[in-house]
Amino acid sequence: MSAQDDRNPLTVVSPRSRRRKLQGRLMELLASFAALVAIVVLLVVIFSVAKRGLPAVNADLFTQVAAPFGVEGGGIKNAIVGTLIMTAMATAMAVPIGVLLAIFDTEFAPPQVSVAIRMTLNVLAGVPTIVIGIFIFGLVVVSNGQSAFAASIALAIIILPVIARATEEVLLLVPSTLREGSMALGATRARTVVSVILPSAFGGIVTATIVGVARAAGETAPILFTSSIFANAVVTDPSQPMASMPFAIFTNSESPSHHDQQVAWAAALLLMAFVLLGSITGRLLSLRTRRQIEQMR
Amino acid sequence: MTTTNLDPSSIPLPTRRRPRIGETGLRALTAATALLLVAIMALLVYETARQAWPSIQEFGLGFITSDQWNVVTGQFGALNFIIGTLLTSVVALVIAVPMAIAIGLFLSELAPRVLRTPVGLMVELLAAIPSVVLGLWGILVMGPFLAEHVEPWLSDHLGFIPLFSGYPSSQGVLPACVVLSIMVVPIVASISRELFLSVPGELKQGAMALGATRWEMVRSVMLPYVSGGLVASTMLGFGRAVGEAIAVTQVIGGANAISRSLFPPGDTMASRIAAQYAGTATSLQRSSLAYLAVLLLIISLITNIAAQLISGRLQRRLGGEA
Amino acid sequence: MTDQQDTQPSDPGDAPEVTSANPGTRLTELASGHESNPTEGRETVFQLDKVTISYSGKPAICDVDLSVHRNLVTAFIGPSGCGKTTLLRSLNRMNDLIPGASVDGRISYHGHDLNGSNVDPVELRRRIGMVFQRPNPFPKSIYDNVAYGMRLHGMKDDLDGRVERALTHAALWDEVKDRLKASALSLSGGQQQRLCIARALAIEPDVVLMDEPASALDPISTQHVEDLVESLKAEYTIIIVTHNMQQSARVADITAFFSVDVRDDGSRSGVLVEHGPTSDLFIRPSDPRTEAYVTGRFG
Repeated sequence: MSAQDDRNPLTVVSPRSRRRKLQGRLMELLASFAALVAIVVLLVVIFSVAKRGLPAVNADLFTQVAAPFGVEGGGIKNAIVGTLIMTAMATAMAVPIGVLLAIFDTEFAPPQVSVAIRMTLNVLAGVPTIVIGIFIFGLVVVSNGQSAFAASIALAIIILPVIARATEEVLLLVPSTLREGSMALGATRARTVVSVILPSAFGGIVTATIVGVARAAGETAPILFTSSIFANAVVTDPSQPMASMPFAIFTNSESPSHHDQQVAWAAALLLMAFVLLGSITGRLLSLRTRRQIEQMR
Repeated sequence: MTTTNLDPSSIPLPTRRRPRIGETGLRALTAATALLLVAIMALLVYETARQAWPSIQEFGLGFITSDQWNVVTGQFGALNFIIGTLLTSVVALVIAVPMAIAIGLFLSELAPRVLRTPVGLMVELLAAIPSVVLGLWGILVMGPFLAEHVEPWLSDHLGFIPLFSGYPSSQGVLPACVVLSIMVVPIVASISRELFLSVPGELKQGAMALGATRWEMVRSVMLPYVSGGLVASTMLGFGRAVGEAIAVTQVIGGANAISRSLFPPGDTMASRIAAQYAGTATSLQRSSLAYLAVLLLIISLITNIAAQLISGRLQRRLGGEA
Repeated sequence: MTDQQDTQPSDPGDAPEVTSANPGTRLTELASGHESNPTEGRETVFQLDKVTISYSGKPAICDVDLSVHRNLVTAFIGPSGCGKTTLLRSLNRMNDLIPGASVDGRISYHGHDLNGSNVDPVELRRRIGMVFQRPNPFPKSIYDNVAYGMRLHGMKDDLDGRVERALTHAALWDEVKDRLKASALSLSGGQQQRLCIARALAIEPDVVLMDEPASALDPISTQHVEDLVESLKAEYTIIIVTHNMQQSARVADITAFFSVDVRDDGSRSGVLVEHGPTSDLFIRPSDPRTEAYVTGRFG
């Protein structure tokens, strides 16, 4: 067929179309390169944190609190405990409120109200976290002093829009035929929500929670003014300020001491691993929930 | 069964005997959370403004145009931090937005299907790295790398541009710009991916059927179609860059100075708050930091609402078209 | 499918008297007229030999042998799911854009293999224009829509004149000449579809493929498009997909009838049942399936 193809006018490539195609290839290559750069940056950050953090991860890190000034050794046990407690408290506050908010927004609110709420959620999500730190400082810390509780409130405000929006997204995916089916059987709106909509959106709410936890665990700015002066010991009383992993990384990163930097890298590795695993799990779960709900249609 | 001859129209429609507790209860409970949301937002604005009030009274709008930040003389002004904020954010956007749009395009059009989900996931993970970890990496790895390799090259070859003149420094504005652009890329990239996916196949096919190459189709049909949304996503990215405190504080070096170059240390509004708010010497200093927070809040409200209005208008326009 | 274009009434001043579409009239004409084969002496544009098109290995249409001749209107008709649109889209390789689509057999265009390894689909699509089921003007001005393809292909001399000729060809010029800079989306649905035809004609194609071009239009706009098809065949070779037999009877010289074959294992794919001059197919169908379809007993 090659002999014929030589004369085939469809294979004759004019200089102009050669140029057009070349330009297209070039731009597509550039776009693919941009994606490659993003991946490389991610891998470089992960790799360099792991490279420096791994050697510093040892048993002391989990079993010791920070060593006194000028003394080698020590760990971040109190920071790990603090982060776990504060994250748990923030999640416990934000998840119920966020889920109820999403239910109100998708199931009960009149359209205009729902638009307004969504807008407010987006605005709240856009407020710099440092400003939220200042807000809680004035609201809670000025009168009651620093505490893990105050920090948890700040974290809860930060993850509230994350959880509400993620839940909303799943609730909106629940097919309206399910809603109508239940209502047609004489169920009230509330009954429909509780017995039909929430169960089908359960996976999505779990995902929202995981994403919220990951976000809360990694936030530093709101902790800076609400739980930054703490005893160098494991604290479990939420009315007292607690150490936290992000804060430990923050202060140690600015220290000239090599040992402090080692602790910072180790804490960063742990925190990053926790947050990235949470995000991946959340993401994969949400893909699965999406598929499941789509199958219901 | 004597009701058989009853005229059906005489049967009254069932009326509600008692209020349904579950129904009203759930409705009220969920509505209360909505009120709580509004209350949080209002209180947030009020409380920040309240803390800033002494400084607002003292300096008024002159705060914005003054470059003084002196605890001893009690003179505070935001000019240098405003410029630092705008400089870092704008440079970050200049780096990040074209890259992010390209990534969005890659994820929606160019990448082989099997790559789309994993690559998309990795870009999203970039957004999940805690900013304090990024800051740690910025101060100990990226900053020294820039100072040793990138900044000397820039000043040798592009030194005639004031931004790239001067002596390299491992802490400074440039590392802040790079860190911020790493944070902005995933935001803009995932929005642009959604935008590109929303372009109707009919339009794309229309262009291809007229003999457009894929790139020509992207440039002449897809990009114009999503341009409004791209503007909105850029504004969201801007809001994110303006408000980032921790990572910037770690890498920027903290200096109340305006430089024409990107190399020396500077400060942004958010990084100044993060660095000083916890340990203020005078109440006026604390109030002035809250004033900075008010300015940040205003910027974030404006960019956010504007972005939402743009994309809302866009959705209506496109919705009307479909 | 919501057709907002229906809310914009066509300008009654320009609308020709709609004679109620009566296929019977045309069929009688066809039947009483001379019965020479319209393809005689005409150059073959497309030659399909044993063409099977599959999506991810599943055949959508099988074993099509067909030839399409120059300056005639060829209609592909048949029930939905018979693969007629798939076949049409293989003629300008629009199926390339669908992942997993593959073509077996040979499609030749003026004797050249359309799917040959060196064939440039961009060049191919310049020669073979396409009009889609729903009007798909770009969100640009009327002028820019028509000029779009010409700019791509570097047809830059006398752009204004070319735009005017294309719009005149598509019987749209008089309606839009005073508002060329207006958005194409401000046109009614029928006007949008004629704009899309003008856009395709502007790059001087050899063939125009039309995929149910009137299915989203009101009767008056449909009439416009059908008249246009009739007038265009003097210069172009036209292939039109339709599920509307009357439309085929009104506009087509040659009609190819497709149907759905259900095999023993329950899988379905399209087949070409028969093709020939429209009059023969409608009046003396040789296959019972065609007869059932044209007499309205099926589909």
